[in-house]
Amino acid sequence: MLRQILIHTVARRTYAVNFIQNGAVRGICHSQWCRSSDIELTSIRYPGVQRGSYAQLSEKHVQHFRSILPSERVVTDADDVAAYNVDWLRMVRGASQIVLKPKTTEEISAILKYCNAENLAVCPQGGNTGLVGGSVPVFDEVVISTSLMNSIVSLDELSGVLVCQAGCILENLDSYVSQYGLMMPLDLGAKGTCQIGGNVSTNAGGIRLIRYGSLQGSVLGVEAVKADGEVIDCLSSLKKDNTGYHLKHLFIGSEGTLGIVTKVAIQCPPSPKAVNVAFLGLNTFDDVLQTFKEAKRGLGEILSSCEMMDLLALDAATSNLKLQRPIGEFPFYMLIETSGSNGTHDEEKLTNFLESSMASGIVRDGTVASEPSRIKSMWKLREGITEGLLHDGYVYKYDISLPHSSFYAIIPELKTRLPAEKVGRICGYGHVGDGNLHLNVTTRKFDAAVLKMIEPFVFEWTSKLKGSVSAEHGIGFKKTQYIHFSKSQSSLNLMANIKKLMDPKGILNPYKVLPAQH
Amino acid sequence: MIIRVKPDKTGVVTDGVKHSMNPFDEIAVEEAVRLKEKKIAQEIVAVSCGPAQSQETLRTALAMGVDRGIHVEISGTEYDTLQPIHVSKILAKLAEDEKADIIIVGKQAIDDDANQTAQMTAALLDWPQGTFASKIEKLNGELHVIREIDGGLETIKVKLPAVVSADLRLNEPRYATLPNIMKAKKKPLKKVSPKDLGVDTTARIEVLSVEDPPTRQAGVILADVDQLIIKLKEGGHVQ
Repeated sequence: MLRQILIHTVARRTYAVNFIQNGAVRGICHSQWCRSSDIELTSIRYPGVQRGSYAQLSEKHVQHFRSILPSERVVTDADDVAAYNVDWLRMVRGASQIVLKPKTTEEISAILKYCNAENLAVCPQGGNTGLVGGSVPVFDEVVISTSLMNSIVSLDELSGVLVCQAGCILENLDSYVSQYGLMMPLDLGAKGTCQIGGNVSTNAGGIRLIRYGSLQGSVLGVEAVKADGEVIDCLSSLKKDNTGYHLKHLFIGSEGTLGIVTKVAIQCPPSPKAVNVAFLGLNTFDDVLQTFKEAKRGLGEILSSCEMMDLLALDAATSNLKLQRPIGEFPFYMLIETSGSNGTHDEEKLTNFLESSMASGIVRDGTVASEPSRIKSMWKLREGITEGLLHDGYVYKYDISLPHSSFYAIIPELKTRLPAEKVGRICGYGHVGDGNLHLNVTTRKFDAAVLKMIEPFVFEWTSKLKGSVSAEHGIGFKKTQYIHFSKSQSSLNLMANIKKLMDPKGILNPYKVLPAQH
Repeated sequence: MIIRVKPDKTGVVTDGVKHSMNPFDEIAVEEAVRLKEKKIAQEIVAVSCGPAQSQETLRTALAMGVDRGIHVEISGTEYDTLQPIHVSKILAKLAEDEKADIIIVGKQAIDDDANQTAQMTAALLDWPQGTFASKIEKLNGELHVIREIDGGLETIKVKLPAVVSADLRLNEPRYATLPNIMKAKKKPLKKVSPKDLGVDTTARIEVLSVEDPPTRQAGVILADVDQLIIKLKEGGHVQ
């Protein structure tokens, strides 16, 4: 027996080791999975959707686009275009033959003016990380990619207002503003790929909404181009501006159906000086709710994220992506993050909260980190779920808002409803702080019978509880038939009228958001 | 976080930067804890040389399962110029005082990448060394250390006491759990100075200048091969 072991530990200053974010992970996914041509065309899988009476792309059109943009930014090679036709979840595939890559608002304006005149349908595309098939063409729409619109216009250090082009990648913006002691007011798993224009167009939520609010609050101004090419300048960078109708809200969350967002002005809060993350194991969903309540009370203003995941959701990340589970097996896990300006103060609050939650038995076990590298690996467990689920095969994805009391009840309900031998995994995770559940069912391959058992059941169930059928993912292509579960007929009528007013020919991102009859 | 060089070029800006345990040292701690769990080891002592923040790192080690900690306090300019030779002398002295049977260190620190401490400590103590361990086994009173080398695995036998340095694949360190974090607060942590150990930590090197890496020059897109050849000739890359 050895008496003693002496180990030498060095306290090293932690410099950022930038782990490969989703951007790179995506690259791996593409090479390891099937070719995009193996995915069924949307027009075949959804035979009920009819192509609108738009013009077909002709050589004349391509020539004209080449007069607006240099030829290397007019992509027509079938292999190059293929990637723009398939969504990240690989559940829909369009048949576009052309991708345009403008760099300026003026170029987008010229493109749209021409498309409107020629009656060519267009599909605006950012980072293509959407989860409802909104960012890829359904038929042969002209893809307008904002990827090259990636310059930063200005940053006001005092007010924290960042003005930039729509194609800037969220994570790049976050690194940029961090040099000035600021942070982006939103953060989501796809940050390494998604673009701010897409975030704004889809009113993306994410993991810090509980602290910094929705984009409807933090986006101060938007510049967008209407279907006819007219540039709408509401690029105000004022915190307060009650002059006339708040038109920017027409572009935030309308998923590119009313205009293409070209620039945004966004309010960036100061980045926290101290961040702590706790990863907790719990026995029941009631304990999760109780812990959330205690966290709000005990952590107060420093609470910046409150996420939950069940065992099977975490397993999608740990088993499929080979990540280490930090604590033993529990039916539920929570990830609680604090961000504040004083490390000692935050740590004391968090310790008190954790000690009392452990003592009262609502939290069974857990771990806590304040070093950036450990924080990152804990977040990777939560953010890796989406990607981990894809490894199961086909994912039926639902993103619903529900009152807290019935937040998780749909999972046991679905487990009794769906035949166990057909289904790989039924799991739930999400932003418990915001009452937003990500409900996911997986099967090895797409199974229409399983889909029929889930839809419209999940939407009816949500509607009955006065929840929302899309909390943060939007409607896109996939959910147009279910929007009425969450919106009244009168609101839908007004939406249709606004669409007619702003895009009379319906060329902007057709077959998305509004139900077909409109 | 972005690393910035101080304006006076004496080092990089570290104010307000969070300290954490060097990843290879985390692996070393994990291995020691596993040896104790397998009842091969009886007691584990963790040592950290550095400023006050080193105590947080020691608490992490204690929460992972280490029994007690020794903080060798070194701060200010002496810390800035602390070299593996100093640390090795401190470890050698502590190993003798504590009658340690194994010293496990991470193979290198991720900031200076020196990779010298294990080797120098073994030399100072005149103990055998098993560096870059990817597996450790105790058989017949000896340690079998498996090392990843070019073209395969090398197994070496070392007699105890010995110095071992941990490589990346030795193990995957555990997370410290809440009950253990709380217990760790009550575990003993002793503070000593290099002077107490009779080690002189006066600087043996002088940092002349720390510079940013040169910024990469922007590329140019050329229309055709002819232009490329002209450019290459201009740059003197081809005749």
